[in-house]
Amino acid sequence: MVFEKVKNILCEQLELNENEVTIDTSFEELGVDSLDLFQIIIEIEEEFGIQIEDAESIKTVREAVRFVEKNSGEVQ
Amino acid sequence: MNKVQVIGTGRYVPSRIISNEDLSCIVDTSDEWISSRTGIRERRISEGEDTSIIATKAAIKAIENARIRPEDIDLIIVGTITPDSFTPSTACKVQNNINAINATCFDVTAACSGFMYGLDIATQFIRSGASKTVLVIGAETLSKIINWKDRNTCVLFGDGAGAAILRVSNKEGILAIYRGSDGTKGHTLTCSAVPVSNPYVIEENIINPVSDKVEINGREVFKFAVKTIVNGVEKLLEDTNCSLEDIKYIVPHQANLRIIEAAAKKLGINEDKFYINLDRYGNTSGASIGIALDEVVEKNLIQPGDKILLIGFGGGLTYGGLIIEW
Repeated sequence: MVFEKVKNILCEQLELNENEVTIDTSFEELGVDSLDLFQIIIEIEEEFGIQIEDAESIKTVREAVRFVEKNSGEVQ
Repeated sequence: MNKVQVIGTGRYVPSRIISNEDLSCIVDTSDEWISSRTGIRERRISEGEDTSIIATKAAIKAIENARIRPEDIDLIIVGTITPDSFTPSTACKVQNNINAINATCFDVTAACSGFMYGLDIATQFIRSGASKTVLVIGAETLSKIINWKDRNTCVLFGDGAGAAILRVSNKEGILAIYRGSDGTKGHTLTCSAVPVSNPYVIEENIINPVSDKVEINGREVFKFAVKTIVNGVEKLLEDTNCSLEDIKYIVPHQANLRIIEAAAKKLGINEDKFYINLDRYGNTSGASIGIALDEVVEKNLIQPGDKILLIGFGGGLTYGGLIIEW
């Protein structure tokens, strides 16, 4: 499911434990800066085969998951 | 086909050091912001020396280290996006400065890949028999095309030059070459030249004024840069049947530490494999790999027989790389 995959990407990129990422976690809480966001978006794009144009508007895990669900055909 | 060796390198950077702290006095930024997002701590900024002077100083070092005479050089290639003038070329100015009377001279416009394209062209000229001794320089005075009011870009760049001498040899020193361009993404990293202006220009043909300073779409360029390092390293290794263990150092274009870290992670290798000096120079575009290569040589980090992988990427978009056996 999308959330699990997004969570894995976040944990991998930010070197976090799984329990640090929930659907309600904001990127700000995780200390994500603009370059972390680049990397996260690149990984999400590759994982789901989608293009994310307006990356800066995605601010929480939930928004990232929703974006993927809307654009990739994958559902939770 | 003739064989090619790199027989000497040189570098020059302006003496004026500008720290992150210094920049925080002219734009709203901080050492913490710049160093955490880029790895850059200081850069060299020209106090007036233009690109041909910076290029000449690096060239003189490379000529000394290669133990050749300027008149031995039959080709001079300068990779730059910041020439002194549209004409004469930077390469012709260097020719004049060093008295390389037997050389043919031209510039190559490939932004941060300029030094890679230059080494590539030099190799092809030597292999074909058209040249015997080539001077390749990557030289930039980026400080003159930076918007010093834009805190997102002015913190990234620096001035400098790196040079190398390539010569026909009985031993092959260039083991593999990687190159390419993607003009479809040209808009992601731009700096305009002069607009069309003459008595016959039709008003409707005048497009919106474009910036004559460097503009970057950070995310697109970041993505391109990471992919290029990963693909380039993999392709060059494949072409030479080498593994990463066979490579002493990877010298990437010194754009941003975070790009190098992301690429290292994707390649599954330790960052120590990468030679990094961007903390001291920032991004010097076409000069960066030449400067780094000269430092690697000067510090005796590579010995004869060692292999080193160079990989560049930049505006155009352009990319290129080589594996050199020292």
